[in-house]
Amino acid sequence: MADYKEIVSKYKDVPGGIIESYHALQREFNYIPEDAIDAAAQIFDIPKAKAYGVATFYSYFQVGKRGKYIIRICESAPCHIAGAAQVVAALEKELGIKMGETTADGLFTLEFTECVGQCQATPVITINSKPYGDLTPEKVNTILAEYK
Amino acid sequence: MAEEMRILMRNYGKIDPLNIDDYINANGYKGLEKARAMSQTDLIEEIKKSGLRGRGGAGFNAGMKWGFSYNTPAGQKYVVCNADEGEPGTYKDRLIMENDPQSVLEGMAVCGYAIGSNKGYIYCRGEYPYVVEKLNTAIEQAKAKGVLGDFDIEVRMGAGAYVCGEESALIESIEGHRGEPRFKPPFPPVTGLWGKPTIVNNVETFANIPVILEKGADWFAGIGAKSYPGTKLMTLTGDVANRTFIEVPTDTTIRQVIFDFGGGVPGGKKFKAVQIGGTSGGFIPESLLDTAIDFDSMGAIGATLGSGAVFVMDESRDVVDVIKQITNFFEHESCGKCSPCREGTKRMHEMVKNIYSGQGTAADLDLLERLGTVMCKACLCGLGQAAPSPVLTTLQHFKSDYTSKFN
Repeated sequence: MADYKEIVSKYKDVPGGIIESYHALQREFNYIPEDAIDAAAQIFDIPKAKAYGVATFYSYFQVGKRGKYIIRICESAPCHIAGAAQVVAALEKELGIKMGETTADGLFTLEFTECVGQCQATPVITINSKPYGDLTPEKVNTILAEYK
Repeated sequence: MAEEMRILMRNYGKIDPLNIDDYINANGYKGLEKARAMSQTDLIEEIKKSGLRGRGGAGFNAGMKWGFSYNTPAGQKYVVCNADEGEPGTYKDRLIMENDPQSVLEGMAVCGYAIGSNKGYIYCRGEYPYVVEKLNTAIEQAKAKGVLGDFDIEVRMGAGAYVCGEESALIESIEGHRGEPRFKPPFPPVTGLWGKPTIVNNVETFANIPVILEKGADWFAGIGAKSYPGTKLMTLTGDVANRTFIEVPTDTTIRQVIFDFGGGVPGGKKFKAVQIGGTSGGFIPESLLDTAIDFDSMGAIGATLGSGAVFVMDESRDVVDVIKQITNFFEHESCGKCSPCREGTKRMHEMVKNIYSGQGTAADLDLLERLGTVMCKACLCGLGQAAPSPVLTTLQHFKSDYTSKFN
């Protein structure tokens, strides 16, 4: 709890700083711990419900644990017609988990996302925000190997 | 063959974007210097005269918008750059920010001087942390050089909410709230960020400002379509040979964009449809391809220019399959504040899924059309008002794709 307070407190005097503090928490932990929501509510002097409401509004924030590497697959129309579904199948098969799940070793989480703005190279995935384009099921293994 | 006209992208590949001296040597910050030598009202008149209209989707005259803030007395005013580009198939703002970030900062500083603001925010989407880093470097360099004077710029990062591209939702997000749109009026130029007069312009709009000042309003007004002058950055995706970006005058036709610049449909297949302006744009059939891309010409055929995304589909594509994906997108991205959008996007997706799986009837198509028409009128913000457009335009132009699913 002390750690969370320290991170969140840095943004206390930034107008509208709660979202910036959530970004900072995610940079540190890769997700927003439940207790950090309490800390944010106290520090920004708002009801806990509101602090929670802000955190859960945005799809890039996740309250509660997830994997070390978050793999996001774009499901917007340009990626869809470029074969995103085959990439999803390859990722699920390789990691042995379904979309929305985290591997047992806590290394990978699979999430759907909307457009990540790398549409010159559809279909696209990102791993902790780093984009990989022109994906094929064959390329999936090579890319995952970088993170294992 | 038509040619590209690189105004926004004039420095693309020619300067080191992270070296401010390169930008200054390429006439950078001359526009701001010129602006500061003018009176605020003359400056706003000059921008009005250029005819520059917002490049974010609404197409409002930029100078007129600035005038509203200038005319609203307040101790503090704000300039906000909307860098939350989230329209699927769009990456033009990223291109500008990565390749010429100083042009955006300069445009914002000009606006700051015009309306009487010393504080700017760039709201950059959460998907682009690597762009945020570049923007911060560019801001540090501009501050160190002193070119911005007393105008301060801060970058704020979004967190994956499409609705935050709507200006009042974006403002809510900067204030640290859920990104839900506000009731309007009052509009942001009068009552915006923390209740103060605020200009929210798109990245591409701001990037146009320095060169307008450098070369003059008349020069700019003479490029492209009269009612929507200048160039437009377009990003080509889908079934098109050159999946790339282009910058073209606004009187270029859709056909030129796809076939001259895009190289046409690959694999010997025939063209079927194009969706322009992002996922909320209308679908356009072959018969309307000779329309110019400018805002008003597109509006006249029930389509939009929007973000300038160009998503091409060949004859092998099933329109209902694509629409299923698009309606899924809107169900996910609806913020839930107003019920026509919250319920409408959900039911629309449900009906399309139903039709796709062969369980639809002709009555469903009538219901889809009725729901879409209601949403266009009743939704609180642009998201919900535009969400039915792909459904309505495909019902109009590609109805057989739907009816062929019926059992």
